[in-house]
Amino acid sequence: MKRFEPKIVCFLCKWCTYAGADLAGTSRLKYPANGIVIKTLCSSRIDSEHILHAFARGSDGIFIGGCHPGDCHYQTGNYKTKRRIVLLKRVLEQMGINPDRLRLEWISASEGNKFARQMTDFTEQIRALGPIPKYDRKEDISNG
Amino acid sequence: MAKPKVAFYWCASCGGCEEAIIDLNEKILEVADLINIVFWPCAMDFKYADVRKMADQEIDACFINGAIRTDEQLEMAKLLRKKSKMVISFGACSHLGGIPGLANFYDKHSIFDVSYKAACPSIENPENIVPETKVKVPEGELTLPAFHNTVKSLDQVVTVDYYIPGCSPAPYLTLEAIHKILANDLPAKGSVLAPDKSLCDVCSRNDTKPEKLMLDEINRISLVDADPEKCFLAQGIICMGPVTRAGCRKEGDGRCITVNMPCRGCYGAPNNVKDVGGKMVSALASILGVENEEDYDEEKITKLMDQIVDPAGTFYRFSLPVSMLHRTRSEKQI
Ligand code: SF4
Ligand code: SF4
Ligand code: FES
Repeated sequence: MKRFEPKIVCFLCKWCTYAGADLAGTSRLKYPANGIVIKTLCSSRIDSEHILHAFARGSDGIFIGGCHPGDCHYQTGNYKTKRRIVLLKRVLEQMGINPDRLRLEWISASEGNKFARQMTDFTEQIRALGPIPKYDRKEDISNG
Repeated sequence: MAKPKVAFYWCASCGGCEEAIIDLNEKILEVADLINIVFWPCAMDFKYADVRKMADQEIDACFINGAIRTDEQLEMAKLLRKKSKMVISFGACSHLGGIPGLANFYDKHSIFDVSYKAACPSIENPENIVPETKVKVPEGELTLPAFHNTVKSLDQVVTVDYYIPGCSPAPYLTLEAIHKILANDLPAKGSVLAPDKSLCDVCSRNDTKPEKLMLDEINRISLVDADPEKCFLAQGIICMGPVTRAGCRKEGDGRCITVNMPCRGCYGAPNNVKDVGGKMVSALASILGVENEEDYDEEKITKLMDQIVDPAGTFYRFSLPVSMLHRTRSEKQI
């Protein structure tokens, strides 16, 4: 059987994790290519609506990378992100989606290694979880 | 000109929306004079066959309340769509899925278990009989409409032209809508016939919100004596005002706010909010645990959020079927 290749959306803060990902690339570190990267101004720019939207559209895992505590370019954005993700994970759990499909990590511009490690680890974790459970409205009606 | 032909129909609803039409009181007589009611099973004697006999688009305006939960409702929604020039989704259940939509936290089988089998303490059903679409009895075969796994809003099964929101819709909004239909003075198709503002925008308590709202405690309305003038959120009581459309009263505060209850979100979201749950998560996370936020570790944040009992049920109380995720999923077991 073909190996399941998870679709992962990565929202990376431009001031830290995005630069860290860049470093991982220029250092030629190897990590799975499952992540689709979206650059954001700050981890707190990622509204819970964006995350729900990505899950609803079939992404199997979502990775959020922000600056270490104390290092946020906008001072406190990442504290807010942290609280938001904790609460959103509750909602996901109630919606029957494994909260491990959403991961938040602090990765600085100099931590290319950490980025590569996280990508590898997260991809494998999502691969083990399998595809995100889908809801097909049409099928639901015809099945009664 | 002939009087416009109007139909009313109900799907998965409590009957409150029908009551909301009766609540037009003496105005209903005024309206009844201007329109010709051709179908209204709740109040007048009409049969489905009467609708089937109508020409396509014969009905000028059809008001449908209630969510879609069974094959019968689905079939009637489709039939009425075909027979109507304009379909108006009436009330929260039709607009958002409403309270019946909370069933989307479960599936058909678990609902049947709780309603008909041992999980229901008040029922004796040793043979575990559950509703079937067909059952043979000595007199012949009986049928029941199929029960769907998922509750849907009306616009998830047919095209909807306009929405009148609310649980139940405020009579003034219904009347305004009827007059707009009669005068052919309607906004773009797909519009919600209520203001595009949030309830906080019109709330008299909004000014009592401090510049920067900071909370470390969530209170439940049933356990505290709420201050009758202060913003609920500023009191740590979850109020859906920030993500709810204004309009449940013609002027001033929302209906619930006037009786010192926080808004629960029955009018649905204003246009700029795509998912009320997502927006409430973001809103609460930006006001909870802000003071000394750098001292909060994972454990402390978890404790903080633990105070919000049933977040998904609270945020999506009226709108689970139209939320981005629509229903609970089931992960494969590993
Ligand atoms: S949160 Fe509720 S009480 Fe506060 S301003 Fe908004 S609607 Fe009014
Ligand atoms: S205050 Fe909120 S829950 Fe109450 S009627 Fe108005 S919109 Fe509905
Ligand atoms: S700027 Fe990187 S998390 Fe805020």
